[in-house]
Amino acid sequence: MNIVVCVKYVPDAQADRTFNEDNTTDRSNVDGLLSELDEYAVEAALKLVEGSEDEVTVLTVGPDGAADAIKKALQMGAHKGVHVLDDAIHGSDAPATSLVLAEAVKKASGGTPELVLMGLASTDGTMSVVPAMLSERLGLPQVTQLSTLEVADGVVKGRRDSDTASDSFEAPLPAVVSVTDQINEPRYPSFKGIMAAKKKPVETWSLADLGVDAGQVGLDNAATKVTSFTARPPREQGEIVTDEGDGGTKLAEFLAKAKLI
Amino acid sequence: MAEVLVLVDHTDGQVKKNTAELLTLARALGVPSAVFIGSSVEAARPRLAQFGAAKVYVVDNPDVTGAVAAPLAEALAAVAEQASPAAILLPTGGVNKEAGARLAVKTGGGLITDATNVQPGDGGVATTQSAFASNYTVESLVTKSPAIVTVKANAAAPAAAQAGATVVPVEVTVSEVAKAAKITGTEAKAKSGRPELTEAQIVVSGGRGTSGDFSPVEAFADTLGAAVGASRAAVDAGWYPHSNQVGQTGKQVSPQLYVACGISGAIQHRAGMQTSKTIVAINKDEEAPIFELVDFGVVGDLFTVLPQANDAVQAAKS
Ligand SMILES: Cc1cc2nc3c(=O)[nH]c(=O)nc-3n(C[C@H](O)[C@H](O)[C@H](O)COP(=O)(O)OP(=O)(O)OC[C@H]3O[C@@H](n4cnc5c(N)ncnc54)[C@H](O)[C@@H]3O)c2cc1C
Ligand SMILES: Nc1ncnc2c1ncn2[C@@H]1O[C@H](COP(=O)(O)O)[C@@H](O)[C@H]1O
Repeated sequence: MNIVVCVKYVPDAQADRTFNEDNTTDRSNVDGLLSELDEYAVEAALKLVEGSEDEVTVLTVGPDGAADAIKKALQMGAHKGVHVLDDAIHGSDAPATSLVLAEAVKKASGGTPELVLMGLASTDGTMSVVPAMLSERLGLPQVTQLSTLEVADGVVKGRRDSDTASDSFEAPLPAVVSVTDQINEPRYPSFKGIMAAKKKPVETWSLADLGVDAGQVGLDNAATKVTSFTARPPREQGEIVTDEGDGGTKLAEFLAKAKLI
Repeated sequence: MAEVLVLVDHTDGQVKKNTAELLTLARALGVPSAVFIGSSVEAARPRLAQFGAAKVYVVDNPDVTGAVAAPLAEALAAVAEQASPAAILLPTGGVNKEAGARLAVKTGGGLITDATNVQPGDGGVATTQSAFASNYTVESLVTKSPAIVTVKANAAAPAAAQAGATVVPVEVTVSEVAKAAKITGTEAKAKSGRPELTEAQIVVSGGRGTSGDFSPVEAFADTLGAAVGASRAAVDAGWYPHSNQVGQTGKQVSPQLYVACGISGAIQHRAGMQTSKTIVAINKDEEAPIFELVDFGVVGDLFTVLPQANDAVQAAKS
């Protein structure tokens, strides 16, 4: 079973993330990296192909720097990479991203993929919608937000947790699957993995390579636009006391004064 | 005026508060109509009428439930085809975001998730969301119709406005591919008896600093009538269930009071709690970043501070 893993290149959450003048996410002044939540999808894919001849292809739609996200996944052990890179993609909304991904998944798998693995959410957009959109576009079953994953005899199974219940899901392959950060512990690239990644093939495709019209994507074509953004005013630090045997009492006094008890 | 569809959140016809909130918001955008999935619409009708639903589209088909995204999206698309709505509002959470995502692809409409407000805008539907771990408030405009918006709880105060709630049955044939992903078993989660994390007025959370002993956190929570939250470090260690995790990959909470005990305050944890009204922290390390957020902080050991605070609050209450 050959697997395509979709990964996103995102601004580092530890840095001061902000917006550009055109209200799109600032990706140039903030260091980027492979979305941490996509590492779980890469790990899940590597586990599924372990001990077989099957290959894992990592696919990203993103700017120049997104090559770093592919590199990290290759260092972890993925076999090859595909980078869809085209200036026209800048500012695309989720439906447009899923359109590009759908065409790229088809091309990368020579028609129909066997399994597409994705993350719970991108750590910048945090919408958790692209997997559902991709499933819709590819006309494949959607089994998303799994905390366990098994693939056997052409069937994918896994558990999805909600507030009130744990549901067991299953679907026949091919399918679009997303996994949560509960599913595994992503590996760190080993020295050997880092060296090996240098020789792994990475293809770069433009929209033309995918037969996608530039008029279907990008900021001007987006169905939603950010019109303004405002930084949340920083919280003003309140009183900090050091416990000298009366810290708990002081805490209770604060709560009483603030009418919280 | 165009119709605005609101997906009803209900259990056996018991309509939840968020639906009343969405119907209230929908009235500013057009004529609200409810979309009811299930067989108990008669139980739901009075409440839907009370909050202004002109029509109630009913999809009563065992292939469509609120728990699987693809059939739900097909049902919503069938209703949208009939109603040509200007907007479709869904309560955020569960599979609703994913159903909204599929619907956006099906209809060509724009999608916004986790909105905290929805209103008429200049050239479309205007929404408000937060971004980057709630460090920003973002205003957006949905320029392609229908505007598909998943809305967070408490986005509006429900206001009554009696309407007809005329029942309109809608026939839906779910495609084979949508039926292909299915639920084969469900295990209900045990209830803690404490308030629901996302609805609670007060949340007391524990982190790695509890070393696995949540009893002082739970005791303080019970004295305050609070929900119990946990950091991911505590959840990963197996000390507390994932459904109690607060943060980027857990719950986003915004209570009147948030008490962080033995939690350092990583950006991913802040993402789930920094919009709380009042924040209090207990941490041994005076350099812990959580102290940057607090209204009141105690530098100390939670195992001595919490029990003392608990006794003092109990004494103050009696
Ligand atoms: C993609 C991604 C998503 C994530 N999502 C989430 C999320 O949803 N929620 C979340 O919480 N984290 C999340 N994290 C993890 C996050 O980065 C932190 O690792 C985590 O929040 C740390 O938990 P903690 O504060 O309990 O532990 P630590 O950072 O280890 O802090 C423990 C604190 O306890 C204090 N302490 C120790 N003993 C005591 C004592 N006896 N009394 C008082 N204080 C004591 C210490 O001084 C320290 O400050 C995510 C990370 C990633 C990469
Ligand atoms: N630009 C992209 N390139 C590749 N995969 C993506 C991209 N955007 C989103 N994804 C995938 O979709 C998942 C959910 O993203 P989102 O819907 O943006 O929260 C991510 O975890 C990725 O697996």
